[in-house]
Amino acid sequence: MTLAVNQAGNQSAKRLLVLIPAFNEEGAVAGVVAEVRSAVPGAPVLVVDDCSGDATRSQARGAGAMVLALPHHLGLGGCVQAGYRLAYELGYDYVIRVDGDGQHDPRDISTVLAALEKGDCEMVIGSRFMDDNGAHTSFVRAAGIMFFRAVLRPILGRPVRDPTSGYVGVNRTALELFSATFPLEYPEIEALVVLQRKRFRFVEVPCRFRPRRSGRSTITAVKSLYYIIHVLLGVFVNVLKFEGRRK
Amino acid sequence: MDRLFDVVAIFSLVLIVWVLSSVRRAHIRVEYSVSWLLAGAVLLILARWRTLDDWMAAALGISDSFIALAMIAGAAFLVVLYRLSLRISGLKDSSITLAQQVAILEFRLDALSEKKKL
Repeated sequence: MTLAVNQAGNQSAKRLLVLIPAFNEEGAVAGVVAEVRSAVPGAPVLVVDDCSGDATRSQARGAGAMVLALPHHLGLGGCVQAGYRLAYELGYDYVIRVDGDGQHDPRDISTVLAALEKGDCEMVIGSRFMDDNGAHTSFVRAAGIMFFRAVLRPILGRPVRDPTSGYVGVNRTALELFSATFPLEYPEIEALVVLQRKRFRFVEVPCRFRPRRSGRSTITAVKSLYYIIHVLLGVFVNVLKFEGRRK
Repeated sequence: MDRLFDVVAIFSLVLIVWVLSSVRRAHIRVEYSVSWLLAGAVLLILARWRTLDDWMAAALGISDSFIALAMIAGAAFLVVLYRLSLRISGLKDSSITLAQQVAILEFRLDALSEKKKL
């Protein structure tokens, strides 16, 4: 699928964009793009390449995705926000983010989209913990998730099962917000607080997660402590800017 | 004790000369050199003007005037570092926005080129 064909495509195809942030994912990205195209035929797929040093860009293009190539490495948040900015400028109504490492099963995109289309929320989180859907989580990560669940519960005023999930769909309202304001490092948890600050709503739907196909997680054991401190600080800074809770 | 004040004075002079030399070679921009030059100058004055140190030590309730000087120097450098952190944060934000906009513009240019080819 070429860029020109994507952009000249019909209106219904233009409504949903599947966004894949990728950094050094040459081993997985082509397969992920192919799976996404098979799961949601006709939906444009945008790979945001965070200045990879490998063949991620060409692999993604070869698999039929559009590629937004960042001129230097921005980290996950900056990479995702670049995709959101482009999607907003191009007028997409829904953007669903799927990780480039193959952990998110693209067959669940339709579940996320259906929840977005209901219109009773601005963001949908694909959760690995709602059903017994094959969650592959290390002990350290599981402990981190439990910790952040407890931290976020009073802030959000409701429980969130999978606050670190990157399998996320947003509608145009949230897209507009995230185009302007998006946490730059480890964005998932902070993004929830940003949403809450604006009194936006989110729902969680069950999604299947798999082990990553190649590469390594950006959050290694050594970085875990830094991650927790960084995210906690980001959360509390956002709480200080709180503008009220949706009733 | 006098030797410590001399060491601080020499350190301040080295700092001032080093910063001026960096400015001359365009390794550091003039606006960023001001904070360092100011901190160096303050340190030099304090290291040479003992009456001022004694007065500050009394005002701070410290018996040792060198500790007062060290505290003032530490505070001055913390302020300089904080200002630099602010500046770096601003530059990082600008750099991210710029990189995103460059990528989006390139994307749009490629789209136009492909459209022309078809």
